[in-house]
Amino acid sequence: MNAFDYRAPRSLDEALAILQEYGDEAKAIAGGTALVTMLRQRLLRPACLVSLREVPGCDRVEATNGAVRLGALVTHRDAELAPLLRERLPVLAETFRRVGTIRIRHMGTVGGALAHADPNQDPPVTLLALGARVEIRQSGGRRELPLAELFRGYYETALEPGEVITAVSVPLLPPASGASFIKFLPRTVDDYATVAVAATVTLESDGERCREARIGLGSVGMTPLRSPSAEAQLAGQRLDESLLRAAGDAARADVDPLSDHRGSAAYKREMTAVMVVRALTQAWEAARRAVRGVR
Amino acid sequence: MIRLTVNGTSHDVEVPSYRTLLDCLRYDLGLTGSKEGCGVGVCGACTVLLDGKMISSCIALAAFADGREVTTIEGLAEDERLHPVQQAFIDFGGFQCGICTPGQVVAAKALLDTNPNPSEAEIREWMLGNLCRCTGYYKIVESIRAAAQARP
Repeated sequence: MNAFDYRAPRSLDEALAILQEYGDEAKAIAGGTALVTMLRQRLLRPACLVSLREVPGCDRVEATNGAVRLGALVTHRDAELAPLLRERLPVLAETFRRVGTIRIRHMGTVGGALAHADPNQDPPVTLLALGARVEIRQSGGRRELPLAELFRGYYETALEPGEVITAVSVPLLPPASGASFIKFLPRTVDDYATVAVAATVTLESDGERCREARIGLGSVGMTPLRSPSAEAQLAGQRLDESLLRAAGDAARADVDPLSDHRGSAAYKREMTAVMVVRALTQAWEAARRAVRGVR
Repeated sequence: MIRLTVNGTSHDVEVPSYRTLLDCLRYDLGLTGSKEGCGVGVCGACTVLLDGKMISSCIALAAFADGREVTTIEGLAEDERLHPVQQAFIDFGGFQCGICTPGQVVAAKALLDTNPNPSEAEIREWMLGNLCRCTGYYKIVESIRAAAQARP
């Protein structure tokens, strides 16, 4: 690793001031699982690391207006175990549980993972399907973005120098909804996915017609992404198996996977179709249970 | 300069900013029990506890431990008395070549600290980040179950 200044401010304002001072020469660091690895590989050479580890107030999981808000410094492990998340958005708690190993989940943070923007990560997949928004701060300013607008490219985000993610806010599902997350990985369970799919299905009150379905996909493009083609197949329709298969086929058009040791691009495209059908089937069944008042 | 408490003893250490916690433990403090295997947080050979939580010390900066408490394999035995996990690994053959063992033992201790009576599935989920290239996993799981039973 190359040398850098290391600062560990005790307040968010102070952290933002240092980040502004260094501009694009600075990197914010929290859990360090991604950043320290990249520093060790000399993929990054920042002049300054601004640790957010001593910044108070960003490590809470809390209920807000119709949403659950996860502070950026909540660890994956804390998110996985948070009673509020397990009760209100169990699909998201389960998604966090599928990341790496417990040791890594003790370190990596919710906000850090989003800022890292690795297209192979699991949480963005479910967060995209749930319509999450990120809260961003910089010295003297704040803004909010739909998560889909945060991801700009391979390890690239819309964050400007001096900006940090402070929280992600995840809307609760409407009534008559179900959700699912499938991480398809033929190698070891702590690996990245070959393809990861999250689906939500919201039914009309008759329990038959689909009001809205959302699909998040991971490991099959430059960024985590939604599948508008598959979603369009389902909105307003009466669901059945052949329609779900059509949605799976449509999802192929939205992905652009890279060939790697987790599968060729062609294989990942095929598995996208298969896993989208499975995820939709599970979400649909959960939505029907919700309509019947069964949890 | 960072000040960290390792196995109950406070240390002031002058470290460059890029020092990993693992290198600080091994080279600045001479605690060579924790090993570097993969160097990217996957294998678990460098497992230590930071404020009681198991982490990969190879991808943690030493600066992360400033003002914090670190527990390493060297801190488990009390004088000549081995920690129940250490004793169980000996009694039940929980190691072969031994390179992964410090990490296995520290991880297992962390498990029993949070869950004194884990099921086999819980043991396997907790330990899946600690790789053993001798593939002595059955004996490791057996050792941890025995340690759980041996603890008062």
